[in-house]
Amino acid sequence: MPRLRLTGRGLWITALIVPPLAVMVTFVAYPILSALAYAFYDWQGLQRGEFVGFKHFHTVLFTEPFASWTRNAFINNVIVFFSLMVIQNGFGFVLAYALWRELPGAAFHRVAVFLPVVLSTVIIGFLWKLFFHPIFGPVNQIFRGMGLDFLAQPWLGQSSTALGSLIFVNAWAWVGFPTLVFLAGMQRIPTELLDAARMETNSEWVLIRKIVWPLVAPSATVVFILLFIGSFNWFELPYIMVGLDGSPYGSTDVLGLYFYRTAFGNQSAGVQDFGRGSALAVLTFMFIAVVAAFWTIRLRKREIQI
Amino acid sequence: MQKTIIRSVAALAAASVALPSFAQEISFWSWRQEDRAQYQAIIDAFQEQNPGITVNFEAFEAANYNTILSTALAGDSGPDVMMVRAHGAFETVAGGGYLMALNDENVPGLMDLPEPALAAQTLRADGQIYAVPFASQTMLVIYNKDIFDDLGLEEPQTWDDLLAVSEAIQGAGLYAFANGTAEAWQNETIVSALGSSIIGQDFYEDLMAGEADFTDERFVAALEALVEIKDYFPDGFVGLDYPSAQQIFASGMAGMFAGGSFEIANFRSQNPDLNLGVFPAPVANEGDQHLVGLFFDGGYAGNAQTEHPEAVATFLTYLASQEFGQVFANTLGNISPIPGVVFESALLQEISELNQNSIPYIMLVHFRYQEPSGSVLLQSEVQRMMAGESTPQAAAQAVTDGIATYYEPFQN
Repeated sequence: MPRLRLTGRGLWITALIVPPLAVMVTFVAYPILSALAYAFYDWQGLQRGEFVGFKHFHTVLFTEPFASWTRNAFINNVIVFFSLMVIQNGFGFVLAYALWRELPGAAFHRVAVFLPVVLSTVIIGFLWKLFFHPIFGPVNQIFRGMGLDFLAQPWLGQSSTALGSLIFVNAWAWVGFPTLVFLAGMQRIPTELLDAARMETNSEWVLIRKIVWPLVAPSATVVFILLFIGSFNWFELPYIMVGLDGSPYGSTDVLGLYFYRTAFGNQSAGVQDFGRGSALAVLTFMFIAVVAAFWTIRLRKREIQI
Repeated sequence: MQKTIIRSVAALAAASVALPSFAQEISFWSWRQEDRAQYQAIIDAFQEQNPGITVNFEAFEAANYNTILSTALAGDSGPDVMMVRAHGAFETVAGGGYLMALNDENVPGLMDLPEPALAAQTLRADGQIYAVPFASQTMLVIYNKDIFDDLGLEEPQTWDDLLAVSEAIQGAGLYAFANGTAEAWQNETIVSALGSSIIGQDFYEDLMAGEADFTDERFVAALEALVEIKDYFPDGFVGLDYPSAQQIFASGMAGMFAGGSFEIANFRSQNPDLNLGVFPAPVANEGDQHLVGLFFDGGYAGNAQTEHPEAVATFLTYLASQEFGQVFANTLGNISPIPGVVFESALLQEISELNQNSIPYIMLVHFRYQEPSGSVLLQSEVQRMMAGESTPQAAAQAVTDGIATYYEPFQN
């Protein structure tokens, strides 16, 4: 066992490690652990009451109507994740492939695709809320102008279209990110490999399936895991576009909104409850951490080193 | 020589003891960023009468105010005087024991305020009052007088009148109502603004006595009325957000807006030429009593840990005075509950008279203390009903069932 001596190199390393570690502990580990502790107490406003064990966890998971709210929010998160996986990441891959093959206008599109990613979520949310406005919104006006009146819907006001509209906006705004990551992955593929493959086949499909896809696996891992975390932490966009309640009647409710509403109270409807809110936060965090860790390991194994 | 030294030391000591009471600086937090100038004028008037007390006004964003305030109070960095909400949202702040208990002794004149106003700032757990109530809000229908005059329409008295008026406005190519239901809380406002007279005083009393729940036919009838009137809401009203609804009314595109008296100031500032009128929720049958929905908005509270309790009490006493009420009503356009306040604006005067016949804005006043709150339930159920995905009976049942999880009278 190496002896820990605080001289020379050891001191230098310690001096470098301690400040960031302190920051991490104070601002990351401590808040997470204290949120964990909050979940086990009753709260009167911000005053901590007695220790109640797993009561809040039981409430949010098994007591009606909270249980069905939790389930509803969770299911919506799952829908968001799978839809974005197909739309955002799938389309991102296709776009990356098109940019990589340098189809006409690639230089322009490389910038255009990534541009919305730079915009702040607040701007995107407000912009699209305006676009979807049932009366003045350009979306409905375009449909009406084209004589497609049946498509002029109150997009964000119907339970059948609200979540879909939000997913669409999210994909529109962030498709540039998976595109960029995939593109970087594709550009790393050695040309010899591709040239060799081309001697065997003329099919783009075979090329994608046998060469490109396996070799961009590291990019896919990153993109999938980040999307997973993003989908289950989804908050800003629904908050800005449909409000804290997940309007209409919970059809856009997700865990992030539900947690915020529970913990901090909804000024126009509810009361704040840190206990239940923390329980929700802890459950969300555990779920994300466990699943993300599991998939990271699984997906890493799939990756091939060249 | 020695005497002089002793004297001067004594004088210095006296001065250092007296000094804090000469210059007392207190902070005052509010969620009314838009009222900063008016509050500053009110504070200036107070400081002129009370030299030695300086009040520093700070305003925060309304939506996050409660979170900011609760956090500050818990961290011992709260303000000396603060605006707090009323009813349920008040309890989350007052329940922590951060506020100064108020009574006729530290705030003379407090007990002259009307009972429902004080009840809104009373902590149910100990029956103490913790804030000076500042405004009541009235749920009713606001209408555009010019449109009514142009079309030769009268204020509707009965529900049938309202349907006829709505039909006439829509026939003239305008929206009868500007309301939208995309934002959940707007669904609660329309129940009270349009339905209070149908719900009726009797139902309210039975509800409070624990003899009726929301599946009562009087409450369901109000929801049925809403389903009837939604044909006169704008196309796509389910996706119409609150600011857009306000703009539609303020720009003169709609004849009526079902909402609260708090809308008036906003409409006026968006369009000063707007000629506004108000009427209470129409009755089902001629001869029934017209009612408005009433609730209190919030109050001014003192910090129990303040370093300057006298200055805080003095300021709160001022905020409970008729002098303040008068300025508050006239410059900020609010309905002050302080007795003896006369309203410059004829509209506010009319609303304060309508308030004589009112039932509370039920969910906010009585069912916002526990989760699932009556407001959360009613808002989403009415939203669902207005979208045509539920019926008034089903909505009423769901609201009752949700509240029954903690409210004993509903559990039978």
